[in-house]
Amino acid sequence: MREVAMAVHESTTVQYADDTGVPTGRVGLWWFLASEILIFGGLIVSYILLRLNHPEWAVEASHTINAAGALNTVVLLTSSLLIVLAHDAASKQQLDRAAKLMNFTVLLGLVFLGVKAFEYTHEIQAGFTPVSSLFWSFYFLMTGLHGLHVIAGMIAIFVTARHVKRGENIHRVEYVGIYWHLVDIVWIFLFPLLYLGT
Amino acid sequence: MSTGHAEPQSFLRKYIFSVDHKVIAKQYMITGLIMALAGGFLAYVLRAQLAWPGDLEPHAYNTAVTMHGTIMVFWVAMPVLVAGFGNLLVPLMIGADDMAFPRLNMISYWTFFLSSLVLIASFLVPGGAAGGGWTAYPPLSADAQYLGQFWGVNLWILAVALEFVAFLMGGINIITTAMNMRARGMSMWDVPLLVWELVVASIVFLLSVGPLIAGAVMLLADRTIGTGFYAPEAGGDPLLFQHLFWFFGHPEVYVLLLPAMGILGEIICACSRKTLFGYRMIVWSVIIAGLLSFVVWAHHQFVSGIDPRLATPFSITTILISVPFAVHIFAFIATLYGGSIRFTSAMLFALGFLALFLIGGVTGIVNGSAAADIYVHDTYFVVAHFHYTLVPITFFATFAGVYHWYPKMFGSMMNETLGYIHFLGTFVFFNLIFIPQFTLGIMGHHRRISDPRIYEYLQEGQFLQVLSTIGVIGLLVFQLPFIYNFFASMRGKPAARNPWNATTFEWNTASPPPHGNFDAPLVAHRGPYEYSLPGDGPDWMPQWLPTPEQPVTSDATVASEDA
Repeated sequence: MREVAMAVHESTTVQYADDTGVPTGRVGLWWFLASEILIFGGLIVSYILLRLNHPEWAVEASHTINAAGALNTVVLLTSSLLIVLAHDAASKQQLDRAAKLMNFTVLLGLVFLGVKAFEYTHEIQAGFTPVSSLFWSFYFLMTGLHGLHVIAGMIAIFVTARHVKRGENIHRVEYVGIYWHLVDIVWIFLFPLLYLGT
Repeated sequence: MSTGHAEPQSFLRKYIFSVDHKVIAKQYMITGLIMALAGGFLAYVLRAQLAWPGDLEPHAYNTAVTMHGTIMVFWVAMPVLVAGFGNLLVPLMIGADDMAFPRLNMISYWTFFLSSLVLIASFLVPGGAAGGGWTAYPPLSADAQYLGQFWGVNLWILAVALEFVAFLMGGINIITTAMNMRARGMSMWDVPLLVWELVVASIVFLLSVGPLIAGAVMLLADRTIGTGFYAPEAGGDPLLFQHLFWFFGHPEVYVLLLPAMGILGEIICACSRKTLFGYRMIVWSVIIAGLLSFVVWAHHQFVSGIDPRLATPFSITTILISVPFAVHIFAFIATLYGGSIRFTSAMLFALGFLALFLIGGVTGIVNGSAAADIYVHDTYFVVAHFHYTLVPITFFATFAGVYHWYPKMFGSMMNETLGYIHFLGTFVFFNLIFIPQFTLGIMGHHRRISDPRIYEYLQEGQFLQVLSTIGVIGLLVFQLPFIYNFFASMRGKPAARNPWNATTFEWNTASPPPHGNFDAPLVAHRGPYEYSLPGDGPDWMPQWLPTPEQPVTSDATVASEDA
């Protein structure tokens, strides 16, 4: 009796594990992203409110390197394009191509971090450290936290690329891709707020 | 099994690093109950100082108050109510064989365990554990010089942050499980109330904690590397932290209240043998409470120097949010009305909750309106109000839930006589602690004074402090029957599958449920609270039985017992 019951159980599992019609992993991921948005949202709103009360921060903001920020924006947007192409390739079962595109995404992440490191070096040498003024505290905190997310995303994409090459966990290409887009979008907010606003 | 993991055999995988939601639930609950002993001991320490001042340095008193609050809210209420009952009951109630992400669940518990260790370690560092209040307001918390402690507060921030990460993972798991893993036939209006409450609580937590995580990082940076996020002299703003803290801190109250209300709903229906009054109305009020909880936070800051134009809207939203909970209370009373009430220990705690929480809710109106609050702010009136809400939530609901679902945790029944003694002692001594504090508050007794005798106007209130402390001692003594009962009953009378004749899915399976939970997948045929059916048959109809062609006979019960 019990064996029969278990067999029924096995066969119906798949049917009732996605009541919403959305895969469970994707549901979990979107809720995770919601919490991430709130973390960055709290920081960004705090920054905007203080910035409105401190018009003199415009002078500080003019010391950021706009060209480097713009370059990094292009780098991140390109990397997002690559991960979308990887997702497309994976859905067509072109696994090697998908893995290659994902590795290029990771490479562009490295380029982003390299440019950021150049900026940090330049700024700290010019005397703008995290404690030199509140603007720079926010600058280093927000870009630093974003940088940590870039690193986390790169690790996730790198690991997934290795899995995909072996034909495992192909559905995760989409998940790491969505996460990478979040990292990208956060930067789209940080760039004008920290670099361009004068 | 469909969860992708077989039943583990080794002790380590089965009981320690388990991915089974029932084991993880028990881990959360037992960790929480052990932390409750620490929190209760600290309550005794600070109450003893207030009744018979002398032995405790002001600094040590501050530490006791801070850590009492921190432990009780973050290390007792959260792990037991949300993570403990959530893990135990969400999969069982919706007919799933485990949580959506079992491994994430395990990581969540062990992150929480690590955060508990960090918190305990903070007692041992030079300067002692954090003493800046459980709200950790800057500037007091932002500069190590002010409290004379560097590592104590740093470890406090780290422990709280780790704990948030643990419950973020746990919350995502609860929401996803309830969204995607429901049994066939279970529409959103067939989900038991407790699942609804846990899901909304998890969403509220998930969407409110982010800004405080950012705020905690900023606080840590202020303390360690000398930034000035909260320092006015550097252009920062101490009020910013208050906003970030209470944007989370007030929704947190509802994160705890909602699961407690859910536990109450289940127990009151099963023990009064009546259909839940206004199920859909309650669910809508849960959702509305969740939404409103995001726009009430500034009522904690009426005397912090916020713009009066801001105080009025926040007064209005604060008083509005009492409506969804009034709906709960009225619906529960309407459910009780005319029922055939069974006074189990769980039911006694549920009824005790209703009585006490009502007092907490009504006194909240005084604090919620800005004009009245300015008079009682930061007095013992607020302390008493807070405990009339949070003690029923954290302890009465938890005890009710433990007595009720103990069979599903350990497969045996708890001793009801000890349960009665536990309830009577807890109820009487709880009131003895906090009724005097309302009076003290109206006298103008500020809440952060470690030696009330140094103020002449407070001396006539000293006997109230003594009464209150006697209450704490009595309350703690009356927890002994519970602790004994909890552990001794593990070898107690074996429980049947459905000892309370309740209707939801968790009562279909064995007590305790095996790995994978159910003998066969269940199908939901009706809503969760089909009680007081007419006719000669059983007065209840579980969710899992198909509707019979003939009127229900008593055979239906027998069939469900060995289905």
